[in-house]
Amino acid sequence: MAEKRRIKLTVNGVEMEGEAEPRTLLVHFIRDTLGLTGTHIGCDTGHCGCCTIIMNGVSVKSCMVLAYQAEGADILTIEGLAKDGKLHPIQEAFWENHGLQCGYCTPGQIMSAYFLLSRNPKPTEEEIRRGLEGNYCRCTGYVNIIKSVKAAAEKMSK
Amino acid sequence: MTEALLSKEIPVPRKWVGTPIKAKEFPRLITGQGRYVDDIKIPNMLYAALLRSPYAHAKIKRIDTSKAEKLPGVVAIVTQEDVLKYCKPYPQIVPPPADKLLDYCIAVDKVRFAGEPVAAVAATERAIAEDACELIEVEYEPLPPVMDAEEALKPDAPLVHEEVGTNLVWHEVFDYGDVDKAFAEADKVISLKLHHHRYGGAPTETHAVVADYDKGTGVLTIYCNNQMPMFCMALIGLSFNMPTDKIRIITPDIGGGFGSKILSYTYMMLISILAMKAGRPVKWMEDRRENLASGTHCNEATFYVEAAVKKDGTILGIKAKTLHDVGAYLRYEPVGALLWIQVSSGPYRFKNLRMDVNAIVTNKGPVAPIRGYGRIQHLWMLERTVEQVARQLGLDPIEVKLKNYVRPEEMPYVSPSGATYDSGDYPTALKKALQMINYDEWRRKQPELWRQGRFVGIGAALFQDSGTNNFAQVRLIYKNNPFSGNSRMAEMWMDEFGRIIVAVGSNPHGQCHETVVSQVVADVFGVTPDDVFVVPGFDSWVHGWTGHSGSYASQFAVSGIGAVLGAAKRLREKIATIAAHMLKAKPEDLEFKEGKVCVKGTDRCVAFWQVANLAYRNNLELPEGVEPGLRVIYTWKAPFKLPDLEKKTVNATLTYSYQAHACVVEVDPETGKVKILDYAVVDDCGVPINPHIVEGQVHGSTMNGIAAALFEEYVYSKDTGQLLASTFMDYLFPTALEIPDIKVDHMISPSPFTELGTKGVGEGSLVPLGSIAGAIEDALSPLGVVITDSHNPPERIYRMIKEAQKKRK
Ligand code: FES
Ligand code: FES
Repeated sequence: MAEKRRIKLTVNGVEMEGEAEPRTLLVHFIRDTLGLTGTHIGCDTGHCGCCTIIMNGVSVKSCMVLAYQAEGADILTIEGLAKDGKLHPIQEAFWENHGLQCGYCTPGQIMSAYFLLSRNPKPTEEEIRRGLEGNYCRCTGYVNIIKSVKAAAEKMSK
Repeated sequence: MTEALLSKEIPVPRKWVGTPIKAKEFPRLITGQGRYVDDIKIPNMLYAALLRSPYAHAKIKRIDTSKAEKLPGVVAIVTQEDVLKYCKPYPQIVPPPADKLLDYCIAVDKVRFAGEPVAAVAATERAIAEDACELIEVEYEPLPPVMDAEEALKPDAPLVHEEVGTNLVWHEVFDYGDVDKAFAEADKVISLKLHHHRYGGAPTETHAVVADYDKGTGVLTIYCNNQMPMFCMALIGLSFNMPTDKIRIITPDIGGGFGSKILSYTYMMLISILAMKAGRPVKWMEDRRENLASGTHCNEATFYVEAAVKKDGTILGIKAKTLHDVGAYLRYEPVGALLWIQVSSGPYRFKNLRMDVNAIVTNKGPVAPIRGYGRIQHLWMLERTVEQVARQLGLDPIEVKLKNYVRPEEMPYVSPSGATYDSGDYPTALKKALQMINYDEWRRKQPELWRQGRFVGIGAALFQDSGTNNFAQVRLIYKNNPFSGNSRMAEMWMDEFGRIIVAVGSNPHGQCHETVVSQVVADVFGVTPDDVFVVPGFDSWVHGWTGHSGSYASQFAVSGIGAVLGAAKRLREKIATIAAHMLKAKPEDLEFKEGKVCVKGTDRCVAFWQVANLAYRNNLELPEGVEPGLRVIYTWKAPFKLPDLEKKTVNATLTYSYQAHACVVEVDPETGKVKILDYAVVDDCGVPINPHIVEGQVHGSTMNGIAAALFEEYVYSKDTGQLLASTFMDYLFPTALEIPDIKVDHMISPSPFTELGTKGVGEGSLVPLGSIAGAIEDALSPLGVVITDSHNPPERIYRMIKEAQKKRK
C-alpha cells in the first residue's frame, strides 16, 4: 500500500480535505472519504456514467479520475445542486416528468444534463441524446429522461 | 365479516387512483439523498472482495490463503472449508435424481462456471481485500467445460454435477387437447429450430450486501438489494441451520433489479459468514465484471417446433421440444423452464399443445427470473412460429395473427394449460399499435423502397405479461414441493396525530410503491397522498411479510395493493366504530373526508386526531368492547387452486396485462445494422393506479426488449468456457442514441379478478424480441431470410444476407 496524501478541494462550494492513496479513484474519495454518497458507481470502467460530476466546470466520470488529480479542484456533485431547499430546475423537471425510476443512474444523468445545458441552453432532441450518451439507464428507456431535459431547458430559459 | 361484505360496504372511490401524481420517492433520489446499500456505513465495518474462478470447469486441488492472511489489514478469509462448517447445501425443487445436486454459496471441490466465487476476503479497506485476493493461491485441475445444452445431453459429455449423474436435471411432457388429431387434420406442418439467447437484467446498481452479526443477541442483520428476500429467508435459515427469528433482512433503496437480484442469497450468506468469522460488520459491493459473469442471466433456450396449420393460416396445434440451458446451478430453476405454462398458447386460441420440456445444466453462469421470466422465451417462440406459418403459406403475418388471437368476447379465456386470461382485446390493441406507426402508408411504400435497395420492414407482436403467480405451479415440477398460492401482508396504523402509516412487505426498485400505496390509501380515507406515510424500503422486523413477499412477477398492483386495501378497510372500520360512538351516529352513516369523520350531509364531524386520542390515550371513553389502539394487519391471499397433477393444468397467474408493439426498421445490407425508424406500444394493464408509473414500466421493458433483440448477449467461448462479454465494452448496454422514441398509448380492460380492476405490470415480457424479429424478417423478405435467433446483431444479419444472396445467384 502506497503512502496516503492529503487532498484539498472545494466541493459544492465548501472547502474539504481528506486522505487518499495514489490509486484511490475520485468517486471513492467523494463517497467514502467525503461522505457524499449521492454520486454512484455502476461500473468503474467509464461506461455507465452513474459517477458523473462537474469538475472545474466540465462533466467528468469520477471513476476515471484519480483523487490526486482533483487536488485544488472545484467540484459540483448532485448534493450541491438544490439551493436553500429549492430544487434546481433540472431536478424539478426530472421529478415532474417521471425522468427516473430506481434513481441509481439519476445523479449522473442530472449532472450530465447540467453540463449540457450550461454549454447549450437550447439543445435539440438529437443534441440531448448525444449529451447523455455516456449515461446508462436501465429503467426508463431514456424516453422520460429526454423529456425531462427538454423541460429543464425550457424552465431555465424563462 | 366476509370480504365481499367489506368491499360492498366500503367501495373505494377513485379520486387519487388513476391520477399521475409525482412520485413520492423522487425528491430524495434527485437530490442525492437516496440510500442504497453501498451508502451504508456501520462502525468498525470491513470491506470484502471475492476471488472468482478463472476456469469454467475445474477441480479445486488446493487453496492456500497463508500469504493473503499476512497482508496488513486483512481480517478474515472464507473458503470452502468455512462454508462447509457454517452451511448445509441449499434445498432443490427438482425431483430425483437432480434433487441430490449440491449447491453452496461458494464453489466446493469444483468450480462450475468462470466467475464462480472461490474465496472471500474481509479487510479494513476494499483495496486491501482485493490485493489479498491476488495473494490467495488456488491450484486447479481444469476439466473440459460443457457449453451447450445439446452437447450436455450426449452420453460422453462431461458432467457438471457428478452427484446427479446426468446434465438433464428435469424433463416433463405436457400434452393438452388432441395434438395428434390436430396434426392429422393439418393442411401443412411447419417445422422450425429456434434459439433464444442469454442476456440479463444488468441493473445499474450491482449486488451489494452489508452483513452485521451481533454476538450479544445472536442476530444476523443483512442489508441487501435482494428483490425477493423473504423467499431467501427460508433458504438462508435452512442452509445456516439458524432460526429465522435471528435473521433480520433490510433492503433500502434499490438500484434496479429486473429479476437479476432475486438470487443474491448466495452472496448474502457468503458475506454473513465473513462477518461472523471476522466478528465485525462487512460490506461487499459487487463490481460490474462480477455482475456480468454471475449476476444471473436469463434462461437460454433451444426449441424444435412443429405447427399444424390450415391453408387459411388457422393454427390447429403446436408441438415443441424445448432445451433450457440453465447454467451451472439450479437455484430457482427449473421454474424458468416451466413458466410457459402461464401463457401456453400465448395470445392465440389454438387448443392443442404438446410441450416436451428439458432443463439442462452447463458450465455457464446461473440463470434467474429475469424480466419476462420463462414466458418471453415461449412467447417469442410462438411469435416466430406464427410468422413463419404466414410466410410459408404466403399470407400476411399480421392477418394470421389477428385470425388466431383469442377474441375479446371469449374473455375470460381458459388456455390449454388451464391458465385463465382475465380480460383484454388483443386484435384491437395490435391494430391500434399498427396505426400509430402508419402501417398502411409503410406497406404502400415498401415495394418502392425495396426496388431502391432499401430493406425496410414492419413488425408487430403482442405478448402477455402474466402477473401474480400461483406458486403451486412448481408442484408440476415436483409434486412434493411445499409451496402454493400467493399472498402479501400489509400493516397500517393511524398515529396519535391522525396520520396514516403503511408498511407493506415489498422491495421496490423503481416501481414507486410509496406513491401508489399512498394513492390507494388516500382514497379509502378521504385524504391526500401526502397525508399517508409509506415506510420506505423493507425491514423484516418492521414490515409484515409472508414467504411470497418481494417485488417480482408483475403483481404489486394486485397482491401488494390487495393487502393494503384489506388493511385500509380494517382500519377504516375501526375508526368508524369509534367515531360513530363519539358522534352518536351509526357507522354506515359516516363519511371520511379531509382528515375528519363526519355524519353524512351534516357538519357533525370528529377529526382523525380526536379519534386517535381516544384510541391511544383516552381509552376509558372508548365504546364497549373496542380494543385500544389503531393498528391493523391484513394478509391478502390470491384466489388460486392447486394444480391438476393428472392433466398437468394450473391456473398459474391471476392477471394478464399485455402489450402490442409495432415497429418499422431498416436493415443496412452493407453492414447488417438495424435501425428502428418508428416504434409504438399499446399497453393494457387494466386500471392503472398511476399512469406515470405504468408508462415508465412500459418504456423500460420496451428498452429491455430492444436491448435484447439487437445488442446484449452473454457470449461464451465454446472451447474455454470464458465469458467474452465481460465488461460494458462487450456487453452492449444501449444508450440514449440507440433507443428510439417510444410512442405509447393505453387501453383499459379492468381485470374481473381484482378489486380495483388492476393488473400487474412491469415485466412487459420484452415484446420487441418479437416485433423486431418480425420486422427484420419482413425487411429481408425479398431475400427469403428466416430469423431463428432472438439476438440479431449486425454480424448475424450481415451473414444471413450474404448467404441468402449467394443462394439466389
Ligand atoms: S461508475 Fe464511472 S462510468 Fe460507471
Ligand atoms: S432510473 Fe434506474 S437506472 Fe436509471
